[in-house]
Amino acid sequence: MAVVSNTSSTVMNNVEAVRATLYEAMRNDDRTVILGEDVGARGNVFLITKDFIKEFGPERVIDTPIAEASIVGIAVGMAMEGLRPIAEIQFADFIYPSFNQIVGEAAKTRYRSNGEYTCPLVIRAPYGGGVRGALSHSVSVEALFYHVPGLKIVAPSFPADVKGLLNAAIDDPDPVLFLEHKKTYRLIKGEVPDGHYTIPLGKANVLKEGTQLTAVSYGLYVHWALEAAAQLQESGLSVEVIDLRSIRPMDKTTILRSVEKTRKLLIIHEDNKFGGVGAEISAMVAEEALFHLDAPIRRLAGPDVPPMGYALPLEEEFMSSPAEMAQAMRELVEF
Amino acid sequence: MPTTITMPQLGETVTEGTVAQWLKKTGDSVDKYEDFVEVSTDKVNAGVPSPVSGTIRELLVKEGETVATGTPIAIIDELGSAAPGVEAPVVAAPPVPVSSPSSTPSAASAPSSNGAQRALSAASPAVRRLAREHHIDIRSIRGSGANGRVTADDVLAAARTAPVAHAAPAAPVAPPPESGTSTYVQPLRGTRIALTQARRIIAERMVESKHAAPHAWSMVEIDVTDVWAWRMREKDRFERETGYKLTLLPFFIRAVVESLAAFPLMNARFVPATGPQPPAIYVNEDVNIGIAIGLPANLVVPVIKHADQLSIKGLARAAAELIDKARKGKLSVDDLAGGTFTVNNNGANGSWASAPIINAGQAGIVTMEAVVKQLVVRDDDTIAIRRMMNSCLSLDHRVVDGYVASGFLADLKRRLEGMTPGGEL
Repeated sequence: MAVVSNTSSTVMNNVEAVRATLYEAMRNDDRTVILGEDVGARGNVFLITKDFIKEFGPERVIDTPIAEASIVGIAVGMAMEGLRPIAEIQFADFIYPSFNQIVGEAAKTRYRSNGEYTCPLVIRAPYGGGVRGALSHSVSVEALFYHVPGLKIVAPSFPADVKGLLNAAIDDPDPVLFLEHKKTYRLIKGEVPDGHYTIPLGKANVLKEGTQLTAVSYGLYVHWALEAAAQLQESGLSVEVIDLRSIRPMDKTTILRSVEKTRKLLIIHEDNKFGGVGAEISAMVAEEALFHLDAPIRRLAGPDVPPMGYALPLEEEFMSSPAEMAQAMRELVEF
Repeated sequence: MPTTITMPQLGETVTEGTVAQWLKKTGDSVDKYEDFVEVSTDKVNAGVPSPVSGTIRELLVKEGETVATGTPIAIIDELGSAAPGVEAPVVAAPPVPVSSPSSTPSAASAPSSNGAQRALSAASPAVRRLAREHHIDIRSIRGSGANGRVTADDVLAAARTAPVAHAAPAAPVAPPPESGTSTYVQPLRGTRIALTQARRIIAERMVESKHAAPHAWSMVEIDVTDVWAWRMREKDRFERETGYKLTLLPFFIRAVVESLAAFPLMNARFVPATGPQPPAIYVNEDVNIGIAIGLPANLVVPVIKHADQLSIKGLARAAAELIDKARKGKLSVDDLAGGTFTVNNNGANGSWASAPIINAGQAGIVTMEAVVKQLVVRDDDTIAIRRMMNSCLSLDHRVVDGYVASGFLADLKRRLEGMTPGGEL
């Protein structure tokens, strides 16, 4: 359970929340190791680990070559042998070379060793678009990994959740893919409780209660969904907004309970629609709550195109917006 | 295509209609929804709209003639369909709500109605489930959703406002009519009778209960000589004071609620799995006794709420009032809701044993069969003439087993046999 040891708090943005959490982890447990491209001397491209190398030294803050398979592969070995590595993939778009290490090795360590070894590894990856990142700095990768048993996937939206979930990921005895939406990095600010606390992996958060529609999202789009729901509230339409927070394990109970109440479901994510996280949620609700549904399940998701374009109109075409979400919500409520 | 129009059913309990006046004659053209005949029944006079546009080919019934509902009354050649085809019988759409006292939400009836088809086709799983649970015909609801779709909230709103005939267990015999002459109307042989809303619901609920709940059955023989004597001693005074007749029913219900208190599992219901919830047995907090009342064309089970908190006198009054309301068609939705166990006074017309169907959502139903004088060999080997009554129990075997059920019946028998003249009713 979430344990908040201190009632005082500090206002931070998401980048500051990641940095503060990593710093505490480094200070509190000398088994903690950070490795990745530019995490040392450069202090990470978002300055998340700025000056860490000065305080903790190059043995614990390791600048790696541009070789993602090696970053994760080395981290898997560290984790199996007792360290608590936090590997960084500089941008989620670069994660593909490490796919085998994540899916084939990290996620299967516990099984392969018959429980003798676990792989307490955190892989952090900034993801998502809307930042003019174009081809190689915009992608969402969660759907490529959420099919894999043995791997946990977290995608927080708020600074307080960033800290609580990152702490839980670091504490977890098995590999966790920790996805940080780049656009929320400096855009989203919020109170973050001081001191060490965790938020359990696999628990969604009902951010706004409503009666006529359940909107499920995660990452940046949670904030836009809240904005859209607030707009609709002004015209008397009541939308419940759920922040998934963890993509796997998925909090089925919270989703089903909400859908049984509102009878309508809108799933919103930036990742493209086909085979996306929304597909699993749709199937799960259809299997377990069909007789509560009063409208077809609807998914508002990215288009099935290879990259997000660099040109602003192309990026905007790919990304949804609070207005588009409000429109989809309204249509579904009025169905 | 020639369309055969049949006598519509103008109201829940109406089984026949009289052609008061033809508004069209053979060869006249008629528009869809245009009244083409005036029909009178014992309840209403109403114009009947044509379900199709076309030309009157033939009028099959003379003015003043009375025919059963469903009887062909006219043939209309439908416009724009010259090809001679198989005749499709169509029930004339009943006119929009008639002011009948027992007006239930009049079914949109004719399945050929476009609106009805659209509403049905767009009914979501939630709407279908809720309609089933609340015994509401989706076609009777005006949809508030996009394109007139009936939404789940529409169903719930209809459930709150519409008086709905609740399905009932078994097939109880009609209470003896006040006048002594039966009001039951014999249907014509060889006719096809369209289901009324109430009959359709009864049919659905019977199948649902019989299908979902594995019924087990048991019977006890009860010596009601003493309680009968008590009733005879009190009945004149009771009728003077209340205007109602005192029957054996309230004594029986009193014994039933006491036995239910001793065997709470009999006052429970089986809750099937929904979503992530596993199936369960819910033991009801309240004891609300449904009493099955047969009407000429219908069956209702009004409910005595908190029956365990009423005296025999209170039960007698409550039952009499509900029976009176049922006969006058004045039962409210509230009167029909919330039953947790049902009593069926099946013996009024002489039934000696019956196997009732459980009212869906309850664990059991118990009957009162005919009270008959019998020669009985008593414990001390004397032979006596006693008033004996069988009581039959159907139980949902998912909820209770024979151990509890037979315990309940034995308890019921003991309590009734222990009711002797004396004391307050």
